Amino acid sequence: MAELKFIGGYPEYMRKLIDVVNQTRPKRRDYTPKAMTMQERDEVLKVHPDYAPGGKRTISIGPNKGDTAPNEVADLLEAYPLITGTEIDPTKPDFSVDLLIIGGGLAGTSAAVWAHQKGVAREKILLVNKLRHGDANSIMAEGGTQAADRVNDSPARHFLDAIGGGHFTNKPDVLRALVGDAPLIMKWLNELGTMIDRESDGSFVEKAGGGTSRRRMHACKDYTGLEELRVIRDEFKNRAIPYLEYYPVIEFLTDENRVTGAVLYNLETGDYKIVQAKATILATGGFGRLHIRGFPTTNHYGATCDGVVLAYRAGSRLRDTDTVQYHPTGAAYPQQIIGLLLTEKLRSMGAQPVNKDGEAFVFPLEPRDVEAASFIRECYVKNNGIATPTGMRGIWLDTPLIEMKNGVGTIEKSFPGMLRMFRRFDIDIRKDPVLVFPTLHYQNGGVETDPWGKTNIESLWVAGEVSGGVHGKNRLMGNSTLDCLVFGRRSGISVAEYLKSNPQQGKLTLEHLKGYVKALQEAGIKTARKAPILLPDYRGKAVLARMIDVL
Amino acid sequence: MSQKDSSIMDKIAESNKSVVTGIDEKDIEHWITISILGSEYKVPAGLTIMQAMEFAGYRFIRSCGCRAGFCGACTTVYRIEGDYRLKTAMACQTRVEDGMYLTQIPFTPAERATYDVNKLSPGIEPFLMHYPEILRCLGCNACTKACPQDIDVMEYIAAGKRGDVTLMAELSFDCIQCGLCAIRCPAELAQYNYAQLARRLHGKYETPIPDHLKKRVEEIEQGKFEEELNELMNTSTEELRKRYTSRDIEKS
Repeated sequence: MAELKFIGGYPEYMRKLIDVVNQTRPKRRDYTPKAMTMQERDEVLKVHPDYAPGGKRTISIGPNKGDTAPNEVADLLEAYPLITGTEIDPTKPDFSVDLLIIGGGLAGTSAAVWAHQKGVAREKILLVNKLRHGDANSIMAEGGTQAADRVNDSPARHFLDAIGGGHFTNKPDVLRALVGDAPLIMKWLNELGTMIDRESDGSFVEKAGGGTSRRRMHACKDYTGLEELRVIRDEFKNRAIPYLEYYPVIEFLTDENRVTGAVLYNLETGDYKIVQAKATILATGGFGRLHIRGFPTTNHYGATCDGVVLAYRAGSRLRDTDTVQYHPTGAAYPQQIIGLLLTEKLRSMGAQPVNKDGEAFVFPLEPRDVEAASFIRECYVKNNGIATPTGMRGIWLDTPLIEMKNGVGTIEKSFPGMLRMFRRFDIDIRKDPVLVFPTLHYQNGGVETDPWGKTNIESLWVAGEVSGGVHGKNRLMGNSTLDCLVFGRRSGISVAEYLKSNPQQGKLTLEHLKGYVKALQEAGIKTARKAPILLPDYRGKAVLARMIDVL
Repeated sequence: MSQKDSSIMDKIAESNKSVVTGIDEKDIEHWITISILGSEYKVPAGLTIMQAMEFAGYRFIRSCGCRAGFCGACTTVYRIEGDYRLKTAMACQTRVEDGMYLTQIPFTPAERATYDVNKLSPGIEPFLMHYPEILRCLGCNACTKACPQDIDVMEYIAAGKRGDVTLMAELSFDCIQCGLCAIRCPAELAQYNYAQLARRLHGKYETPIPDHLKKRVEEIEQGKFEEELNELMNTSTEELRKRYTSRDIEKS
């Protein structure tokens, strides 16, 4: 390939295609394709990675034996533990606490603050992080948080939007908790001092999201998760609650049907620590870094499904393991940012998906799975996509339309993050459209809970993306930060209540591993695979081929 | 049809290979040389610093977080051979250049006050009480030059010295708390921690809870929506589907 000539961040051939988009923009300004009917949705979903054949298999052991899951997830459930139990002594705890929280994103950090607020002594809480406190998908949430707090809206409407978007598979009692608590969460965020976007009269700026029937998306520019997390983390630090960094949990400790603590692993020194805890909240996030079906991802470096693996081994029931959320608008160009998130809020504010002929081919705010599938169809069935220099195909997201509709300056004010991300690669999203393609975004399913985050295991709660049920088989925009905040709060309160009943500390054993390994062997699973994997590996192939271990 | 759908998935996976499983040398045409912590490596042109370090064989534990420019974990400082200027970057959002020599700063030692936001009010007092060193700012602008988010750090510190919490909060809003400002500051400030305090004061006291939210929270506490939600919990999927498809959509 000859050296490509770039003009304003794009190679010459893409420039010519952008001219087509520019030409049709004035006509598209007042035109929006119609939303799909339920039948049309079902039809297009056939090319969605969840429904296209292949990529999945039946889970062969454990409480969800017989359910289907992506191969990449089944691989981790059907893998051997990192420790056998003989190399460590679990009976001598290094930390003895009432509440162990695993994961310091929005869910885990909120849980800690609320448990403390409700009377758990700060020194009786320990929050452990695999990476730094706050290295989580939460911090990357861009678009917003849903809460039905306007006069023409209600929690019931929010419920209906979410359950329809989730194909009527959401667990109703937890969904009810989500929508009912949402306004309380906005109040809490405001009281803590979160900078939520305001209209000139002081009311919240609220926008629509894919699949919402009312405008109820609250944003902090396009840094919503960053702002929410840094405020709650600041509050956490002001309360001086103890925490550890670079200490992932590699196994739970159990006593019959109870989680009684965990084995921590120091990622830098390689030694282990034992925590004993009367209650545990698991808030480890999702699985984007498993790159399901070979998709790039929006997720942070540590999103490797650890929590689901740990909980499943200890006997937790999972649900909705068969679906994965692909966000419609991941970056497809330039190469350096492939897969990174372009917030749905861009479409909420008027950006339109456009094909190579400059046509708006889909309603911009379908639920995410429908919107993503329509992009795949446009690129790979109708062949109306735009090829990138690295061989991907993508769809234009016509961002200049935002300013045509809302006025010059809107992008700088509402999307500083997006503007900055592309400017770093010489692209000005105010003047030129950007190329997008679906990217692996969210773990829809996970550990099943009741409305207070409690699992079927006594003394184990879960909160946030690691849980399953509240979103059913497809999550709507703005319900993930909300999920973390609602169930972080609820699990923290619920544990504080539980601790008031003065539960006894159970024994510290790894007995559950014996049963799990036996089940693996009985199912005939012969593999060198071990889990949790903790981190992905992107090292160059040539280096890996020559790597030796001598030290 | 099903055969076709599965080959679509294969095509997509194939086109994403380099991002998902690491870069294969045979796909690379253009190479450059960079130096990581003083050792030279030949790496493909066009990668980010983070991707290039991984290609060279580094597997990150520290200095890698969200990989998308939001978390401030991958703070990097570098020079280009032949240029005296010291540059700063987030490794996940910056392209490698030929002749770049770099190091990363995985952690920033910086003082952070412990306070109760409920007992403070906007103005100069919280800063004098918790961060009096803010007055040591020399106005040298090293912080602003170091900021990978292009925030006017010096300007927001000046606002803080005047007790202008509003301006400090607004100017610092895009801060990812990477700590580069604090590392470069000759007056030894920890600017990003002061900005966090300013934003919380602004969010809490200068943008109070709006009336429409107050009203909604009251309604929830009075149980106004309980009946409606109870009813939904016991509604059949068929009926829910009917209500969902016939619900009116507010114009965005």
